[in-house]
Amino acid sequence: GPLSERRLLDVRLGELPAWLATRDLSPRGLLGGMQKAWSSYYDRYINVRRGGPAGISMLLAGYCLLGYGWNYQHIKRHRWRKYH
Amino acid sequence: VTFSVLHTTRPLHTTQQCLAPLPPLPEKGGEVRHGLIPEEYFQFLYPKTGVTGPYMLGTGLLLYLLSKEIYVINHETVAAACILTVIIYIVKKYGSDVAAFADKLNEEKVGKALAVKNEAIKDLETAIEEEKKEQWRVEGRSYLFDAKRNNIAMLLETNYRERLLMVYNEVKKRLDYQVEMQNLKRQKEQDHMIQWVEKNVIQSITPQQQKESIAKCILDLKALSKSAQAAV
Repeated sequence: GPLSERRLLDVRLGELPAWLATRDLSPRGLLGGMQKAWSSYYDRYINVRRGGPAGISMLLAGYCLLGYGWNYQHIKRHRWRKYH
Repeated sequence: VTFSVLHTTRPLHTTQQCLAPLPPLPEKGGEVRHGLIPEEYFQFLYPKTGVTGPYMLGTGLLLYLLSKEIYVINHETVAAACILTVIIYIVKKYGSDVAAFADKLNEEKVGKALAVKNEAIKDLETAIEEEKKEQWRVEGRSYLFDAKRNNIAMLLETNYRERLLMVYNEVKKRLDYQVEMQNLKRQKEQDHMIQWVEKNVIQSITPQQQKESIAKCILDLKALSKSAQAAV
């Protein structure tokens, strides 16, 4: 279908900048996008009748990765070798 | 686990109020392998690389991160390893029990709601039965009104007869009075006339006549005595 209506996973790599241009990038639009992403994740993995550990474990793993990324500059100083 | 900040921007009441019951929650969540990686990742790589493709990608990525020391091994790695071991052990051992407990709680909640609904349905059904009974009773109101009509007719009849009796008594009283009046009048006239006659007769007896009558009586008596003596 047309570019503006496709979801992120259906967009090909070359079309990514064009797709980003069609998105609503105002603060309200960004907030709406985050809201949609969260509610789709919530409805798929957490708000089910017999969920498992997957719902929150993925959230915790994502938080771990984010935390590692935020502290990367500090952790880089504790490398074991200088040249890789 | 919800982020309440994001929920404030959600638009509320955008569509018409839908009175149908909500669709039920899905039974299971999206498939996740090893608790961390969604199944879509494996399906995405399957056509090109088969079954082992995603694992090779994962291993290669891990080795690249370690060798280039983009992921640095320090005390946190050890801590993370210990924590992960403990968490995985606990989940594997007590996961099903916790799931059963949560399911039981859910069952109780749903059971309570269902009980309320069933009770409401039962109450409404009994109300329907009562209503039907009342409707059946309404059919008998013609009998009720007949009985009431009879009662009223009897009352009217009684009242009428009472009044009839009263009229009869009053009229009889008046007629009796007239009769008594006439009787009294006649009696009084009679008495008066008798008195008057006696008075006049006594007045008319002059002394002369009195003497003559007394002498006559004496003569009669003597004659009678003579005849009586003769009879004896």
